[in-house]
Parts: sequence; structure tokens; C-alpha cells
Amino acid sequence: MAELRPPIESGAPDPMPYMHPVMVKNYGKWAFHSHPKPGVLYHRAESGDEVWTVKAGTARQLDHYTVRELADIADKYADGFVRFTIRSNIEYMGTEESKVEPLIKALNDKGYPIGGTANSVSMIAHTQGFLHCDIPGSDASGAAKAVMDELHHEFINCEMPNRVKLSTSCCEINCGGQADIAIIMQHTKPPKINHDLVANVCERPSVVARCPVAAIRPALVNGKPSLEVDEKKCICCGACYPPCPPMQINDPEHSKFAIWVGGKNSNARSKPTFHKLVASGLPNNLPRLPEVAEVVKKILYTYKADGKPWERMNDWIERIGWPAFFEKTGLPFTKDHIDNWRGSRVNLNASTHIRF
Amino acid sequence: MAKKTIDTPLLDQLESGPGPSFVTNLKRLAKDSDYMADPVSQLETSSQHRKGYWKGGTVGVFGYGGGIIPRFTELKDENHQPLFPEAAEFHTLRIQPPAGMHYTSDLLRKICDAWVDNGGSGLLGFHGQSGDLMLQGCKTEDVQRAFDAFNEMGFDLGGAGPALRTSMSCVGAARCEHSNFDEAKALRYVINNNIDDMHRPALPYKFKFKFSGCPNDCVNAIQRSDFATIGTWRDNIRVNEEQVRDYYKAHGMNDLVNDVISKCPTKAITLVPSDKFQASEHVYAANLGDGNTLCIDNKNCVRCMHCLNVIPGGLRTGLDKGVTILIGGKSVLKIGATMGTVVVPFMKLESDEDFERLNELARNAIDFFAENALEHERTGEMIERIGIANFLEGMDLPVDPNMISEPRANPYFRSDDWDEQVEKWNEYKQSTAA
Repeated sequence: MAELRPPIESGAPDPMPYMHPVMVKNYGKWAFHSHPKPGVLYHRAESGDEVWTVKAGTARQLDHYTVRELADIADKYADGFVRFTIRSNIEYMGTEESKVEPLIKALNDKGYPIGGTANSVSMIAHTQGFLHCDIPGSDASGAAKAVMDELHHEFINCEMPNRVKLSTSCCEINCGGQADIAIIMQHTKPPKINHDLVANVCERPSVVARCPVAAIRPALVNGKPSLEVDEKKCICCGACYPPCPPMQINDPEHSKFAIWVGGKNSNARSKPTFHKLVASGLPNNLPRLPEVAEVVKKILYTYKADGKPWERMNDWIERIGWPAFFEKTGLPFTKDHIDNWRGSRVNLNASTHIRF
Repeated sequence: MAKKTIDTPLLDQLESGPGPSFVTNLKRLAKDSDYMADPVSQLETSSQHRKGYWKGGTVGVFGYGGGIIPRFTELKDENHQPLFPEAAEFHTLRIQPPAGMHYTSDLLRKICDAWVDNGGSGLLGFHGQSGDLMLQGCKTEDVQRAFDAFNEMGFDLGGAGPALRTSMSCVGAARCEHSNFDEAKALRYVINNNIDDMHRPALPYKFKFKFSGCPNDCVNAIQRSDFATIGTWRDNIRVNEEQVRDYYKAHGMNDLVNDVISKCPTKAITLVPSDKFQASEHVYAANLGDGNTLCIDNKNCVRCMHCLNVIPGGLRTGLDKGVTILIGGKSVLKIGATMGTVVVPFMKLESDEDFERLNELARNAIDFFAENALEHERTGEMIERIGIANFLEGMDLPVDPNMISEPRANPYFRSDDWDEQVEKWNEYKQSTAA
């Protein structure tokens, strides 16, 4: 056997060798930015140096041919320097304004939409799903593609009150993250347990410890050590499934999508907020999730029509109140919207503040 | 001619429409690669059955305990053989990208070459939600050589499992006037000095750092990291009167009032008649040229960034820059999502000593977590269980009213050490006044 090569523990690489020289030169010395048009940013440094950025949407999951194509465009139409945003958009940086329009055309010709800046709807942050996750309830890349197709106009234009960030997640762990509108799998039935496998596959005490509502206990089933679930207590969150795959939580029929709104990580205006439940019970109707897309659009276009400039989704709802949100969007309000988890009393209306 | 995929009626529907299609990308690879054809068939099967078919396992590289996400197909025939044999092993290598995710076209091509020349499927994810460049699709026997190729190019594996995770920093100082510290340097200083905890997973659960240059928090540090370092400043907002006037000329009084003044969360911005305006140490202003002056009471500004976002260049961060540290952000499991909360209201991050102090804080936070968290418990959950006061004491951090929204509203506390606590407060006040 050949001698194994010890790793070089170099950690996160230095970005400087890969950064546009004008950005290196003016590092930490930027003074101004503007937004000439959707998908284009202009930055000026204290030195007077200028950089134009063109932002394009990608599919995130890229084949190497596509990556090479993006690289060739960087050489031919820009200065050869790019970066990726956390929503998997690619940004081309260049110092010549005259290159902006040819670059946009080259990207558009190859099918990359230009946009995602300022008060547009940016690309959906998403998870691995069926492509590579070991516990997914749906196809994340597909959900992102399907819903973004419906919102294409809002990606390439800036017509929203403020920026809109979307995410999608294929289980309640929510790897897609907090967002103005989040599309998240919501299981509706307790796990189906394969008792023949539990003893060999699962470390039972740690599975018991994972349950947020203490609904799991060790049990002997058919003479074998296994686990049982108190189905009255179970909230179907799926937390037991990753440490114990024989506790199958995903169900082709009963795993549904829920929609959450008003998550914001920026500190601008209000403090950061978590997204809140507004709809659930939407079918996992692959590949294009029409029912999910319909609710997302209903919320988005209500916000677009009713939100004031610079109001993020949460700012808008804060101003109009939740009753108005449900009235304007036409979404039903149910007992499931009322929080009954720990600390939930602070979410009740302890006042007579009511809009009539 | 490579083997064919099964018919893919569901995936095919995702090739139409205006957005870029990952299905088209996958099929382009599957066209001349057996290794990609079978995972595409599995993906279509998953869509049809609405069921995932990957399971995890243990695959790694020599010297490391994490960084590879092993995937083995669970889609088996009646003889327990993989239905799509080439999907039997389809692992991901998590690679840490350059801080800020900067690439040259040349580097992108080198990445592609290294990936396909060393057994990789040719599929790449730019990037995962923790910030890894994901090299997706590699057999167990090829994982080591694929890693070696990237490691020789200057790349290292990212985190997985109960370990320090790959970090993210915003574009920051590279291209943004709101930057308050060197985000990329801070990321590399903290991550690379604690890299052992990434490569040899031995923590109770994952631990994430994120670095945002200003309170707009473009990498979502407050919600997505156990240890958030977010840029801020202590002195006054810088006012460029000419550029504020440019905004005013372009937008008018209605926008100034509705979009700027009335959206200030602490009402720190007011409009006063120019002849009544009195300058002071903490009040900065822009004379609008029409008899009105825009006044900012910096003592009451919470650095939310809104007015700076609306009038870029006209209003800018101060010059006495630094960072706020917030601890305990995480997603849903197990107690519900928690936001990071302030543990250090302000610290400078400029000199080598400052960066060393940040790293000491980071190291202390990891060590405290390692010693005190239960298995599979995140820092936010640990703090929920033990209380922030105990966490601060363990970290040797002084209490500060900037850490709370409001003081307690119940009498359930032991106060027999009240005088001692008052003494600590006095000492803290003296130390910060110095």
C-alpha cells in the first residue's frame, strides 16, 4: 500500500490572489455605491476608482461545463474576476462601464438572468433535497427552480417595496434558513418505525434525547429492543429520523409544505426577526409545486401592492397587523398559527390594541 | 456512448421556464458519464416516489475525521443490489472557498480540471448553506486523490458533524463602503487558528462562526452562527452634505420624511429649521439648502443601517470602527430557532492584539461549549439551559445592559450577593472609562 499523504491543514484560503486588483487596491476604502439598473451595482472608492458589478442567477448545482462557460464569459466580457453570493448568484466585477451591457447580453444569451439586487426577489436559498440529503422530504433544487420560474419577472426587475429573500427546506431542520418567505416541509404523521432495525441501527438513549416533546421511550417490540412513540404527544418534527433512520418520517402523501413569512436577519429598522407560520398543508406536488407557488405569489403580490418603500415583509406586517395580513392575503387563520411552544405567552395580544 | 438514464418525465419539466435549470446541468454530465447517469435516474425515482434514497456512512481522508459527506444508494433491487449501480457511492467533498467566495476564471477552470481528473463526477455546488464549495459525486476509492489534488492547490476540507464548521464572511472591505473591519482576515484568523476542531470532530455538536461587516449582516451571522462577529462603529455617522443634498434633490421632501426620518427606529433623525440648528459633539447634520437641516442624534442611534442604506455615500459609518459579538444563533432543533445575543457590545478589531483577543474569545467559546454542552446541544441551547449569566461568568465577560432588551420582570432571583455585584459593575464602569 502506498504511503498516505498527510493533509496540509491550510484552512480557509486567502482571497487576495483571486480578487479584482482594483478591489485589492481599495480594500476597506470604499465610499459610495449606487444601483444603475436591476442586477448592476456601481461602487466608488475614496481614491475615485470604480467597479461595476453584474449579478446573474445560477442553478447552484453546476456541471463543470457550465462553470467553464461562466469562466469564459468572465474572460471575454469582464476582467476575469467573479464571486458568488450566499444565494448562489454569481457576480462579475469590472472597471469599465462600457463592458456592462455586452456582459449582460452574453450572460442572457446563455440563459443566466440578470437581477437579484436591491428591491428585487433574489434567488431562493435552498438545500440538497433528493439530490444528496439522507433525510429529505422533497427535491430542494426542483422547488427552487419551479418557484423562481414563477417569480422570474421579480428577479430581473426591482419592483418590490424592499429586497425579498426566499428559502426552501426539505425538512423542519430548515437548512434553507430564515427568509421573508420560507417554504419548508412539514410532516403531519408520526414516524413509521421498522422495529426489526432499531436495535442494530440506533443508539436508543440519544434518540430519546432528541425528541423536543419527550414522546419517545425505549420499548420491547416483538421481543426486540426498540423505541415507541407516544403519538398523542408527537409533533411530527422528524428530529428522531436523522439519528434513527428506521423511524421513517417522510411520507409521500402526508409530508406537506408550510409557508413562513417575515424572517429578516438585517438590523435595518427593526431588530432581526424569525419567520412566522402563515400556511400549511400544501401538497408535495413535484416537480413544480403549483399549490406552493400559488400561495407564495399571493403573499408576494399582496406585499408588493400594499408595502411602502423600504418596508421588508416583516416591517409591512408590523405596520398593518397580522389580522390584516390574513385578510389581505385571503389565507385562513387557524389554531395552529397560535404558538404553544415554550415562551409563547409573549406572542399573545396582552392589550386592547385591535384594528377594526 | 454512456449508459442511458431512465425516462425522466418529472425532471424534464424542470428544464423549461426562464430560470437556469439544474436538471439541464445534471443531464449534460449524464450524457457522457455513466457515473452521473445513475444518480439522475435515482433523482427521478425520488421525485416519482417522493422519497429520498441516500444513506450516510463513514468515508474520510487520511488524517482527518470529517469534511466528507458519504452517500450510498438505498434504492435496491430484490437481491439487495443497487438498482442504479453507479449511484452506489456518491459522496460530497466539502471544500472551504476563499473567504468572501472570490474566484478568478483561471481558478474556476483549475477547480473543474482537478475535480474531473481525479474521479469526480463533474458536479459542483456553489455553495452550500454553511458556505462550502461542494464537490458532489465521488466514489470512496477516489475521495483521497480528489482531496489531495485540491489540497495541493491550496484548498482544505470544510467541517461536518460535531465540529467547527466552514465559515462565511460578506464581501465587506473588498467592495462595500459599510465595512467596519477586515472580514476576510477575521474569518481566516479565527477559523485557521482553530482548524483542528474542524478536521477532528470532537465537540458536542456543530459550532459555526460568521462574519458580517455591518449590521445589515449579509451572511446572516445573527441567525445562522453560534458566534457572530458583526461590524459596527462607536462615533458619529459621517455626513457628506453634498451627497445628502443630491439625494434630497432627486427624491424630495416626501421621500426624505417617509423613507428616512420616519423609518429611524429610535427617532434619532429630525428635521429642524436651519437657523435653529445647534451643532454639538454628538449631533451631526446636513443643511439641505432650503432652510431645513437634517439632524442625527448619534447618542440615540442604534446603528441599524437603514438611513445609510437609503442615502449611500451621504451617510456613512463612523471612523471609530469595531465589532459586536453575539452568541447562540441557531436553527430549529431542538428548542426552536434562537437568535444570537450580545455578549461583547463593542471591541476594536484593527491591531494584531485585537485579532488575537477575538481569537481568544472564540477559543474560550469553543472550550466552554466543549466542556458544558450536552451531546447534540448547540451553544444557544446550552445558554438557554444554564442561563446567560453563568455563560458570561464562565467566559469571564462582564455583564452590560446592552446585552438585554429589558431587565427581569419577576422577583425570582437570589440577591444576597447584591453588593458584590454592584462592586463588579463599578469596576467595569471604571475599566471602560479608562
